[in-house]
Amino acid sequence: MIRLLIVALILVTGTTGHAVEPEEMLDDPMLEKRARDISAELRCLVCQNQSIDDSDAQLAKDLRVLVRDRLTRGESDEEVMSYIVSRYGDFVLLKPPFNASTYVLWIGPVVIAGIGLFVMIMTFRRQSASARPSENNPIPLSATEQNRLNMLLKSENSSNP
Amino acid sequence: MLSRRLIFLLPVGIFAIVAVYFAVGLTKDPHRLPSVLINTPVEEFQLPPIKGRPNEGRVWGLESLDFRGEVALLNVFGSWCIACKIEHPFLMSLKQSGDVPIHGIDWREPDADAGPRWLKREGDPYTLVGDDPESRGAIAFGVTGAPETFVVDKQGIIRYKHIGPLDPDVWADTIYPLIQDLRGQ
Repeated sequence: MIRLLIVALILVTGTTGHAVEPEEMLDDPMLEKRARDISAELRCLVCQNQSIDDSDAQLAKDLRVLVRDRLTRGESDEEVMSYIVSRYGDFVLLKPPFNASTYVLWIGPVVIAGIGLFVMIMTFRRQSASARPSENNPIPLSATEQNRLNMLLKSENSSNP
Repeated sequence: MLSRRLIFLLPVGIFAIVAVYFAVGLTKDPHRLPSVLINTPVEEFQLPPIKGRPNEGRVWGLESLDFRGEVALLNVFGSWCIACKIEHPFLMSLKQSGDVPIHGIDWREPDADAGPRWLKREGDPYTLVGDDPESRGAIAFGVTGAPETFVVDKQGIIRYKHIGPLDPDVWADTIYPLIQDLRGQ
């Protein structure tokens, strides 16, 4: 069991690849880390489901180099990202921004889940309400009680003239 | 009860609406990204000239300043780009008619000779050409593929982006009228 878990763990972490070539990497490890983090959040516009960190496309490589250039020149993470968004639009961000046009995207699923939950609760309450004993929904008699009732009714019938 | 019916129909209704959106979405090509740079000025850039092409003593092959003063087209091309070959005869005919200057960005050539060789073979419709081996020019225009053609006005403001090969229909219906419009301003 433990061995299975270890194998699973290795498979999962081992599959995170990147396309960054050694000569692209910056000498400063802090800057390089920032570059990798930024690249992981930018969509490759050629292979659109990959980040520029993962993609082998040439434009992705040029964008990686651009990110590193700008960081080396002293720009902040936000400045670098906002430059690339200014060229390509919000679509280039792998995490859609949270603003007026994306509220539906972010909040929609929560709202729908909430509605679903509400309907579920209402349905269960109605079902359990119909199962609760009341005048219209009497608890059925047990076998013993049913026998006694039958005998009482029989004796009543026979004793009445 | 009517309201019970309605509650059961609600998920079906929502599904139908969502299905319509998705169906329409499937018809759209995600590679044809609308440009966010329309009506913004051309970003400052400088690209060196390509090899062997007369440059009249200029330092740069193509730079952002070149877009000031007259309405022009910018065409992004490369010797590796097959669709560029398709639109090239039309660009040559535009050069012949002299309707509008066409500047070129020679994007991501594998070596210094590839672009010049291609132009020699296919013809050279361009007024100015910039060599863009690292995509700096392309990124300035928000280019994601070739060919792409931009209409830039006299103040250096991007007014239109066409993705894919240029053809006579797009020219007649959209681009030439826009150019005349911009010239009138």
